[in-house]
Amino acid sequence: MSTDAADYLDGNAAAGDLSKIFAVDVTAAQGQCANCGAIRRFAEAHLYMQAPGVVARCAVCEHVILRFANVGQRVFLDVRGMSYLRLEI
Amino acid sequence: MAGAALLGRRVMWRVGTVVALHDETATARTITFQVPDWPGHVAGQHVDVRLTAPDGYSTVRSYSIASAPNSDGYVELTVERLPNGEVSPYLTQELAVGDRLELRGPIGGWFVWRTEQTEPIQLIAGGSGIVPLMAMIRSRVSAASTAPFRLLYSVREPAAIFYRNELQTLSDRNHSVSIAYAYTRAAPKDWPRPPSRIDAALIANKTWPSNLAPTCYLCGPTSFVESATDLLIAFDNGRDKIRTERFGPTGERK
Repeated sequence: MSTDAADYLDGNAAAGDLSKIFAVDVTAAQGQCANCGAIRRFAEAHLYMQAPGVVARCAVCEHVILRFANVGQRVFLDVRGMSYLRLEI
Repeated sequence: MAGAALLGRRVMWRVGTVVALHDETATARTITFQVPDWPGHVAGQHVDVRLTAPDGYSTVRSYSIASAPNSDGYVELTVERLPNGEVSPYLTQELAVGDRLELRGPIGGWFVWRTEQTEPIQLIAGGSGIVPLMAMIRSRVSAASTAPFRLLYSVREPAAIFYRNELQTLSDRNHSVSIAYAYTRAAPKDWPRPPSRIDAALIANKTWPSNLAPTCYLCGPTSFVESATDLLIAFDNGRDKIRTERFGPTGERK
């Protein structure tokens, strides 16, 4: 088990940073992948944190579903990869 | 600020004071924080810990909460020391009672066990992945829940087991938490199963049959979680009944 494909975490690991943006928990939110149509909890997304920003990919097809990056006092958030995100409020 | 206060659930940074330290193994330490105004947590949630150096450099790591929900503002984390870790050597070797750290949480609403749940629960831990599952077991005890729990705990060797005495006591006293160990490198003398990873036979013999529709919680390194998830699905557990939390290959979450 050297550097196999399992170098990702999951959506749980982004929840602290995303709590700066969302008023409610995102790990239980259901999102639909804009590429393959899979509907999954955000907790199940594959998360890559080795970059300057954070990239979440669909657990089924690995399409990028969410990206965010902190730049100074600003946060850039890109959720084009999801056709929707359903949050429990 | 008024908006945040009204919402009431907004996650914020708080300062916790270390009130106790306890070594679980040669490389893992449990840290008990007292956190004023802690909003309470649910078993399975985690916190982010922020360390800031005198020069202003700061870094954040996520750690699962080990303690059951309580009303006293106590939060316990068990941290495994990683040889090349940036944060875990400090937390497990240098942190002292009375020190103060910034904590953000509780975080997460998916990988949680709530005391209202009455269905059979299957817990599967790989190494330090036991931590949030232990919070679930402790929560079950403190709430006097009768939900049937099984724990399958994969560890390198007997000396690497966290919470050993507490788990043994629970297992002896109350068979509704049944505990099975799987050793991957060194097993106790006369242990029936040679050291190896979790496999289909172990899932068949030591986990709830899928016709009981257990909710399964898996936590451990990514590759461990992937293979255990695949095994559960091969035994007809529904994907919607499996909740996972992965640690990175380094064991630190970020």
